[in-house]
Amino acid sequence: MKFRRFAILVRQTSAWRGWPLAVAVVALALFPHVGGSFYVDLVLTTMILSIFALSLELLVGRTGLVSFGHAAFFGIAAYATALLSPSSQPPSLAWLLPAVVAIAALAALAIGAFCLRARGVYFIMVTLAFAQMTYFVFHDTKLAGGTDGMYLNVKPLLALDGDTLVDLRNPRTFYYATLVLLVLVYALLATIGRSRFGHALAGIRANEQRMRAAGFSTYGYKLAAFTLAGGLAGVAGFLHAVKDGFVSPEILAWHQSGAVLLMLILGGIGTLRGAVLGAFAFVLMKELFQSEALFGAFAKHWQLPLGLAVIACVALMPKGIVALPTQLRRFRAPLLHAG
Amino acid sequence: MKHRRNTLATAFLAAALCVAAGGAHAQSKIKVGLMLPYTGTYAALGTAIENGFRLYVQEQGGKLGGREIEYFKVDDESEPSKAVDNINKLIKRDNVDVVVGTVHSGVVMAMAKVARDTNTLLVIPNAGAEAVTGPMCAPNIFRSSFSNWQPGYAMGKVAGERGAKKVVTITWKYAAGDESVEGFKEGLKAAGGEVVKDLTLPFPNVEFQALLTDIAATKPDAVYAFFAGGGAVKFVKDYAAAGLNRTIPLYGPGFLTDGTLEAQGAAAQGMLTTLHYADGLDVPKDKAFRADYGKAYKMAPDVYAVQGYDAAQMLGIGLDAVKGDVSKRNELVAAMEKARIDSPRGAFTLSKAHNPVQDIYLRKVVGTENKSEGVAVKALADPARGCNM
Amino acid sequence: MDLAVFLVQCLNAVQYGLLLFLVASGLTLIFGILGVINLAHGSFYMIGAYLAYALAPLFAAQSGGGFPAALAIGVVLSIVFGYVLEWVFVSYLYERDHLQQVLMTYGLILVFEELRSIALGDDVHGVAVPGWLAGSVPLGGVMTYPVYRLFMSGVCLLVALALYAVIARTRVGMAIRAGASNREMVQALGVDIRLLYRIVFAAGVALAVFAGMLAAPVTSVYPGMGNQVLIVSFVVVVIGGIGSIRGALLASLLVGFVDTFGNVLVPQIAGVLVYVLMAVILLWRPEGLFRTG
Repeated sequence: MKFRRFAILVRQTSAWRGWPLAVAVVALALFPHVGGSFYVDLVLTTMILSIFALSLELLVGRTGLVSFGHAAFFGIAAYATALLSPSSQPPSLAWLLPAVVAIAALAALAIGAFCLRARGVYFIMVTLAFAQMTYFVFHDTKLAGGTDGMYLNVKPLLALDGDTLVDLRNPRTFYYATLVLLVLVYALLATIGRSRFGHALAGIRANEQRMRAAGFSTYGYKLAAFTLAGGLAGVAGFLHAVKDGFVSPEILAWHQSGAVLLMLILGGIGTLRGAVLGAFAFVLMKELFQSEALFGAFAKHWQLPLGLAVIACVALMPKGIVALPTQLRRFRAPLLHAG
Repeated sequence: MKHRRNTLATAFLAAALCVAAGGAHAQSKIKVGLMLPYTGTYAALGTAIENGFRLYVQEQGGKLGGREIEYFKVDDESEPSKAVDNINKLIKRDNVDVVVGTVHSGVVMAMAKVARDTNTLLVIPNAGAEAVTGPMCAPNIFRSSFSNWQPGYAMGKVAGERGAKKVVTITWKYAAGDESVEGFKEGLKAAGGEVVKDLTLPFPNVEFQALLTDIAATKPDAVYAFFAGGGAVKFVKDYAAAGLNRTIPLYGPGFLTDGTLEAQGAAAQGMLTTLHYADGLDVPKDKAFRADYGKAYKMAPDVYAVQGYDAAQMLGIGLDAVKGDVSKRNELVAAMEKARIDSPRGAFTLSKAHNPVQDIYLRKVVGTENKSEGVAVKALADPARGCNM
Repeated sequence: MDLAVFLVQCLNAVQYGLLLFLVASGLTLIFGILGVINLAHGSFYMIGAYLAYALAPLFAAQSGGGFPAALAIGVVLSIVFGYVLEWVFVSYLYERDHLQQVLMTYGLILVFEELRSIALGDDVHGVAVPGWLAGSVPLGGVMTYPVYRLFMSGVCLLVALALYAVIARTRVGMAIRAGASNREMVQALGVDIRLLYRIVFAAGVALAVFAGMLAAPVTSVYPGMGNQVLIVSFVVVVIGGIGSIRGALLASLLVGFVDTFGNVLVPQIAGVLVYVLMAVILLWRPEGLFRTG
């Protein structure tokens, strides 16, 4: 009798769909203890990019709004972090992070209010235009160091009554802080996905006219999604500024916006884990093609295999890595039946 | 009997291994990380710097400080946004003992920050950003090239001495451009002239036509321009095509005409520029250097090759002083600080902020060469404002 | 600024605008008729410039006839190249959504850049202005205006007129206009849409390559020159209205003026002005100045 209960418990536990995610989180948490410091840095960068990709997934995957200017909010947040930090004392995480996220969200609200008046391909173009505008503001003016960028002089920390709880100058602490933020953003987006708001966004992606006919103020919902996505991109921007201690206008360039769209499509549009997988896949591909150990002198032309890989991935795996098992099954099935 | 022989043999083997291990430790290679642009607009400069560096090491029999050199390379693509990740590849993945780089000032600023934070030895073979021998100066950061201020200041003095009272400056809006123009202004003021207008355009924009029209309308005595690479080619050609070079002399630091004369052709003939290097210098070391460089790489060297060569020389002097033991950082740095570098540009020493104190030559474009017309300013040191060393 | 300087700046603006038109017209045709967002269009411009550099030594010996011959060869090569590229690659993009098109053509940019890097290196090059065009026309006092720039404006204007003639007066042009309005209907009416697409794409590529070749002596030839042109061309296409040649012409001239006078009057924010212009126009006319269908 007891054994039967035990067997049912095991079956239910193994049927929990959260296992892959839990294993991933634990693996990421343990990695700094086993990996060399360069590879830990790489994973850290990828986690930050994952947060960036997740924020865009809300727009592209869930709401169906293809934004080609998402790097603007990433960059605005990174620059805000550098500009708001005092030059000699460590700023407090408690106000800096929320302030930076709020600034990014406000920028998204303002830009979204304009862009969402456009539809389809015009929307893509207008988001690109606004991102370029922000790029030129930071690139051409002396507001924040121009083309050479500016430094973040002291990294922030979180203190309570004089006791430092979280000091981001410590690389280990920073790694775990990033991991925690990644998990939080993922959880937030997963919750939104299951909420009424999330379902409304999905409905807008499916058929906006129908949603309007059903009485939803679609413009409001889209603007809310745009603002939220901008704010979450701000979290990634904040982490980027703190990690490097240096910001430059190139993080706002349209190449960044393109790269993050690429990550989404690589991983699979429409799923949260696709966004994270896509970020890891993209970084891995770049490292692979730049590796001199594998390609020798040809490694300096790494953009060629990367470009070909991009074309191949989009052409052959349009639904991304997450859909790979299904694709393979469908590929194998006729063979099984034939055999 | 056998046992004793075996024990003796083992003991011998162990001793031999220890000696070998100890010796092998001393024979292990010094890791040099080259972070240079191997792609993009400045690729040719990156290659020239590496060529110069390797030439010096080769001349020393492939060793510096008695140890062989192992090279690690990273392409920085002249991208400031990737600079931190790129230099971390060298420092954390390849564990280099010294980083040599780079060309672009924005990239070097990020590199200097990481070098300071990780206390890695950094030798800069080109980028003239004043910050790295200014507010960001540090005992472990050296430069074998110039600061943006130096050639600009020299040109300002020359322009003033040649009678220019009203001058218009034009450059890209970034640190190198701003600092070069500031240096020019100081030199010009010291020689009795003044800058009446500062024209800028965003980097790396090359649509000069509108600004050239503006210059013509202002009718200055001279124009000072800072551009490099493709921008330099285009500007000099556009300036001549607009007919301005007939009445308004164009001055600039040597980057305006270095490595660009073949493309600029007739438009650059007769132009005066200032730089810490020139063609046809009467320096014996330069003649030997040019011959060796030509033999090794089948092309003529330029100022970037000289800077790479001198970076290796500087490092070599320091390593010789500590007999290759990179862990003796303080002695290494002290030796480099006191060094007198026997450079193809003429011998030079380092200032307290670790920037070269050197002669700036006046050069004139003749054919495809920047011929030296003599020394414009002797032993010019960068003011190193903001450095607390 | 006085009248003479103002007029010269206007000349500058028109010349820049007309060159932009050449690139943007190809883009708007491809975008409007094929429905493909082609990010690699800037790469064609870059290929044109490098082609001019590569072909220049072949014609250096011939004094006068060299340059037009080089241009002609460049156009022929680019038509062939465009035809093959459409057949082999672009035709697979028609059924895909915009995001996939954006990303696949983005991959194409990387491929072209690296192939160019492998074949011709990464150095910056100048292309000599042909001897018979190298003079300058005096314009009041100190300044002279380069003859070559006047030549460029003239050639661009001729191409614009030729494009207008083809689109408004020929059967192919009729099919193109119809295709821009309603692709399915044109197919239903029996026009061989695949051939039409191939011709249009090849023409678009040829226009961009031609623009690159023409501009090479003026802009010099350097890596990354395609990227800058690409974004501005997209702005022009969106302002003018996707698929409209008339719109592309008007928008190019507008952008030319805003950019030129912006650089002279307010250089700090000149880069932003073009995008502000686009935002303002889209707020007023959400589908560009001249809608097609």
